[in-house]
Amino acid sequence: MIVRIATEDQYRLPDEDAERLNALDNDAVAAVEADDEDRFHAIFEEMLQLVRTDGHRLGDDELEESDVIIPPPDLSFSEAHHEFNGEGLIPD
Amino acid sequence: MPGIAGRFSTVVKAKVSKLLDKAEDPAETLDYSYQKQLESLQNVKKGIADVVTAKKRLQMQSDKLEQQVVKLDTQARQALSQGREDLARTALERKQFAQTELQTLDQQVVELEQQQQGLIDKEQKLRTKLEQFRTKKEVIKAQYSAAEAQVKISEAATGVGEEMADVGLAMQRAVDKTEGMRARASAMDELEAAGAFDDNLTLTEGQDDIDRQLSELTSGSQVEDDLAKMKAELGQGSAPSPALEEGAPAADQPQQSQGGQA
Repeated sequence: MIVRIATEDQYRLPDEDAERLNALDNDAVAAVEADDEDRFHAIFEEMLQLVRTDGHRLGDDELEESDVIIPPPDLSFSEAHHEFNGEGLIPD
Repeated sequence: MPGIAGRFSTVVKAKVSKLLDKAEDPAETLDYSYQKQLESLQNVKKGIADVVTAKKRLQMQSDKLEQQVVKLDTQARQALSQGREDLARTALERKQFAQTELQTLDQQVVELEQQQQGLIDKEQKLRTKLEQFRTKKEVIKAQYSAAEAQVKISEAATGVGEEMADVGLAMQRAVDKTEGMRARASAMDELEAAGAFDDNLTLTEGQDDIDRQLSELTSGSQVEDDLAKMKAELGQGSAPSPALEEGAPAADQPQQSQGGQA
């Protein structure tokens, strides 16, 4: 699957990572709901690292649509309230 | 796909399909789409220029503040040697405030530097993708029937459209940050103009309000430390003010009035 980290890059990830990504996303939503800023940033960082290390950066000449778009790495906690709510990456 | 920024890609798709719905001639759509993309590349260039301008402004501000710090320190010393501890304290409070601002400014300059580099990278990437799109569109125009072309265009346009939207987002974030810094820089200018010492060591109009703000903003203990240090340096250990520190070392007492001490 193709994942974009907004304002950064697109990455090609093994499909198995979707589940891990989704679990992290659910944790992030829970952290936002619990108003736990530190925990949110830790989870969000883990999410970004997973994509960056497990994924292969798409070439600049590849025109691909992303399956998933992750918010910008410099996302603030107040912005996170708008992004991380409701359903996760993979709808239940 | 819902959830985490899923609506972001939905927006891109909606834009693309709207464009395609309107098109009767796919070839025309492609050319139009390419034209739009070139325009957005121009916008990125403008965005980079804005960031550079903001950075220069902050750097100038930082230089001015550095001069201010030196000036205020000198003025505090002058005031103290004339027995005006009140003025010296005010000058030191301002110096403290200027130093704190200086740190923030320098940090912001570094941040803008990163923004600038990020946008330059983004521009390069978008440029390459546009080139790719241009090649693809010529192939599509030459090889596909109108019906087939619709599908192919949609694929290519969505890919490049997403990149454009992402560059747009990166730019928006850079602009937002820049705006915030600009507002702060203006506020600093006003504060400086309203509460500056003139060269005769008197305060200009509007001092009361500024002084109150400064006292709230600056850390009192640092100012007291500076003041004590300055007094020690000036040899004012026994100056008439009762507010002087009591534990000043004997070496700092004026020598001429004390005969018998070793």
